[in-house]
Amino acid sequence: MAERVRKAFSIRRLPGFTTVTMICFAALYAPIIVIVLYSFNAGDSVALWEGFSLDWYTVAAQNEQVQDATLRSLLIALWASGIATTLATMAALGTTRTAKFPGSTLIYVLINQPLMVPEIVTAVALLIFFASIKVATGYSGLAYLILAHAAFCVPFAYLPIRARLEGMDRVLEIAAADLYATPWQTFRRVTLPLVAPGIVAGAMLAFVISLDDVIITEFVKSAGQDTLPTYMLGQLRRAVTPEVNAISTALLGLTILLLTAFFILTGRNDKSA
Amino acid sequence: MSDIAVSAQSITKVFGSLSGGLRALDDVSVDIKTNEFFTLLGPSGCGKTTLLRLIAGFETPTFGSIVLEGVDITTDPPFKRPVNTVFQSYALFPHLTVAQNVGFGLEMLGKTKKEITHAVDEVLALVRMEEMAHRYPSQLSGGQQQRVALARALAPKPSVLLLDEPLSALDLKLRKQMQIELKRMQMETGITFIFVTHDQEEALTMSDRIAVMSAGRIQQIGAPRDIYNAPTNRFVADFIGESNFLPAEVAEVGMVTLANGNKVPAVVPDDLVTGSKVTVSIRPEQVELDPAGEGVLAGTITELVYFGTDMHAHVDLGDGSVLVARVQAEADRSLVKGEQAGVRFASGGLRVVEDGS
Ligand SMILES: Nc1ncnc2c1ncn2[C@@H]1O[C@H](COP(=O)(O)OP(=O)(O)OP(=O)(O)O)[C@@H](O)[C@H]1O
Ligand SMILES: [Mg+2]
Repeated sequence: MAERVRKAFSIRRLPGFTTVTMICFAALYAPIIVIVLYSFNAGDSVALWEGFSLDWYTVAAQNEQVQDATLRSLLIALWASGIATTLATMAALGTTRTAKFPGSTLIYVLINQPLMVPEIVTAVALLIFFASIKVATGYSGLAYLILAHAAFCVPFAYLPIRARLEGMDRVLEIAAADLYATPWQTFRRVTLPLVAPGIVAGAMLAFVISLDDVIITEFVKSAGQDTLPTYMLGQLRRAVTPEVNAISTALLGLTILLLTAFFILTGRNDKSA
Repeated sequence: MSDIAVSAQSITKVFGSLSGGLRALDDVSVDIKTNEFFTLLGPSGCGKTTLLRLIAGFETPTFGSIVLEGVDITTDPPFKRPVNTVFQSYALFPHLTVAQNVGFGLEMLGKTKKEITHAVDEVLALVRMEEMAHRYPSQLSGGQQQRVALARALAPKPSVLLLDEPLSALDLKLRKQMQIELKRMQMETGITFIFVTHDQEEALTMSDRIAVMSAGRIQQIGAPRDIYNAPTNRFVADFIGESNFLPAEVAEVGMVTLANGNKVPAVVPDDLVTGSKVTVSIRPEQVELDPAGEGVLAGTITELVYFGTDMHAHVDLGDGSVLVARVQAEADRSLVKGEQAGVRFASGGLRVVEDGS
């Protein structure tokens, strides 16, 4: 007994740990794998495999409504993530690069509020709010959707930027000021390059979140302003075709592409840092 | 041009509220001469960094003013002051190469590309880092980063260079080497250096003048020799080198009476009247021991601590106080632990010091 070396406790050696892990992964990824697989199905069933083909991608790509919705989704996501990231960067600078002021915790909470308020509440509020503006101005373009998306994307962009700013040594900015850099030059030449990976991460996250949104979009959109997710939802109400699988797979592909690009980008940045 | 580079005039710096806040500097006045290697020396928390930050402009004084070459710069932002800092943590820009780091200040000053390249080459040669110009800071050793930080601060040719414990992260051997190089660079560039350290040996070897600080106040300013040989108060005598302290009473001019009634010569300030109770200090190397028992004091040798050529002998004076004498290990073989010994003081060694802090 004395010779037996007591091994440190490891949760991995608990009986059944591997099994549970496998079940979790299966539950997470199996449905996605099924969707991806069936997007390549030759037949029009979502349950019966009839051979490989890219037909459903062609169908989806040639569907004018899909083209429309895709362009609209990308446009909104681009604008919304751009606006949200700019706002989030300013907010992050304001909350980390100023002396602590009374109410700074409240500001922090306010910025992150969209993460905590149920989305349906925001959706209804925006619906009513925008409705009155629509009546007053007569404008019913995409700006409402862009603004709505920008609003709920802010905290997603804010968190990685803030994390990066807080992890950055303040003495670097002091050193820049010591070397004759004005506050603006310090920001341009030192703060911004060092916080850039955080900003890119925030923008990507905001982009993906906007691309993915259903509830708020569904409430705020005017007629003929379907985004890809709301279009898919509309389709599913009628008949389930592998076309939706194909669109989902394409979206998944885009997301993976974005994330890979992001990791390569930040990875390179860290080497020089 | 005046020969005073920086003048701190009655500087008080309070962090927090005026009444209850922390008084990091308390009415500090000091004039630092042009081309001087000036050192701020003191224990941790005494306000050295705070004084440096006030000169650099990272903080503003609560009271008092800072004058740079005759111009009051008390409220100028750091980027308007012709003063550069070598930070303790080096603070190199991680996204810029060595050359870009060194050129940063000149670029901000709006120098042309040609001027910048030329100056960067020159200063990199000065710190012997030409080879590393295209590396990033993360690809350098601590000592190399230290040199780059120095080069970056020197490149814009500031009137004053501030160095906040720049050598403290280096190992002993590298530190000794950099001490010599820093001194060389100061001579070659003719820039006024204000150097912060809590290492008294470093201060003594490098400085033209030293300000010894304690608890937000300057205790004494002077050349290393003066500070070491003529400390004005107990803090300085204790902090710089080692000192023995003995109670005494002022006798006549240049004499004090020790606890056992013996009168001995000592350096006594003129303003002290006969009979004043004072403390006298004496360096261990100025204490002589005589095994034969002759001397102004007598005691028992309780400890002999040998270190190389020298040895410390601890002498118990019988009244609870212990005197440390530094003697040559070979010459004084006659000293034996547990034996009686007489104590004499080298002439001029004994001096009255202010008690206070
Ligand atoms: N920004 C600040 N806010 C509050 N207190 C501070 C601040 N900066 C310094 N102090 C306090 O002022 C005192 C002097 O600090 P300072 O950094 O000048 O000491 P130092 O002599 O440089 O010490 P060290 O050798 O440890 O670096 C310390 O008690 C410190 O806690
Ligand atoms: Mg300090």
